[in-house]
Amino acid sequence: MSKIPLQFRHNGRDVAIFVDGGTNLLAALRELIGDMTPKFGCGQGGCGTCSVLIDGELHLSCLTLAETVAGRSIETLDGMKQGPNLHPLQRAFADNFAAQCGYCTPGMLMAAKALLDRNPSPSRDEVIEAISGNICRCTGYEPIINAILAAAGGRVSA
Amino acid sequence: MAVTVKTFASASEAAGALSSDRSARYLGGGTLVMRALNEGDVAISTVVRAQDQALTRIEAAGPRVTLGAGVTFARVLAERDLGFLHAPARSIGGPAVRNMGTVGGNLFATNPYGDFTVALLALDATIAVQGGFGSRDIPIEEFLQARERQAGTLVLSVSCTRPVSTEAFRYRKIARIKPKGGSVITLAAHLPISGGRIAGARIALGSMAPTQIRARAAERALEGRSLDAATIAAAASAATEGTSPSDNALGSAWYRREIVGVHLRRLLSGQE
Repeated sequence: MSKIPLQFRHNGRDVAIFVDGGTNLLAALRELIGDMTPKFGCGQGGCGTCSVLIDGELHLSCLTLAETVAGRSIETLDGMKQGPNLHPLQRAFADNFAAQCGYCTPGMLMAAKALLDRNPSPSRDEVIEAISGNICRCTGYEPIINAILAAAGGRVSA
Repeated sequence: MAVTVKTFASASEAAGALSSDRSARYLGGGTLVMRALNEGDVAISTVVRAQDQALTRIEAAGPRVTLGAGVTFARVLAERDLGFLHAPARSIGGPAVRNMGTVGGNLFATNPYGDFTVALLALDATIAVQGGFGSRDIPIEEFLQARERQAGTLVLSVSCTRPVSTEAFRYRKIARIKPKGGSVITLAAHLPISGGRIAGARIALGSMAPTQIRARAAERALEGRSLDAATIAAAASAATEGTSPSDNALGSAWYRREIVGVHLRRLLSGQE
């Protein structure tokens, strides 16, 4: 079966790959682009660790057919830090012990970024709603919620 | 296993491709079809897509509301004129799933999903489908009864009449995880009131049978009466009639039968 050519923007950079029919975006990012930040969790849309932004909107990359993102802009955790500097959300996660095993963290950070990009000062309930599609089995969620609120409030160490 | 992806400009071309290939599935938001592919479902060898603007159209200004099959739940939530559908749309998934999942796809979502369809069933929605031989409108109940055979037809849109008031349409989803989680049971009630009495009651239940069903005995208990405590009690005690729930990880069939009347009573009496 022939491969399908696919071009899109990946963290601000144009990329071109060849995918098999039916390949999901997560596999394309990890195996063909080499961006290992989005993780494979459940493959069913239940856990959220594969979350990426497509044209600024939060999507599950494991449930996205790769060829549907042709010409679109994909943001992953790999594009979050600016040079050597962590993004305020990443710094807040570190400060607030919001990552333990770290497997949910890429998805949590993308869900948090999707929230703060359109609502820079969310309420606690809005934060809870924003990460409701992301499962964490370590933290009990409180440190993650606190970290997102801290990042939104600018209470992040330099 | 690689599958063949066929992308069409128009819904009618996609419908033709879908109806001529038994192993083809239509890809909407991806939350059902991509999930099946990720699980290695070998029954799917062709994925059909359509980039037809008509599939993502919302007509919500008048008394009759039409949602293209490709309208996502996030778009339903962003539409002020669709306020009566916000509770069911909000009860689905997290933000990412609501950015992806579509109104048309929800018609095919099996238990413990398909909550939006429960609301549409209570609202007596009409499903516009296109098969190999043109398009037609099907009442949602008929569509759901033959859902297994609908994979070869393309859903174009769903439409329903806007409830006359916010009290006339009520929705409740019982989940173990808040704000997100699969349905233990889902309830929706359309209760048009005419001259102080209920005329045309429709109660729909999710996770109480293999597909979303109407609670006809409860509807009969409501019909022609005023919505008082005695009527509500009669409807609640009739809620399990005709249901055939199953056991799953979220709840047992016994538990579902035990709670459906309780939650119907709360829904009808306006309790949180």
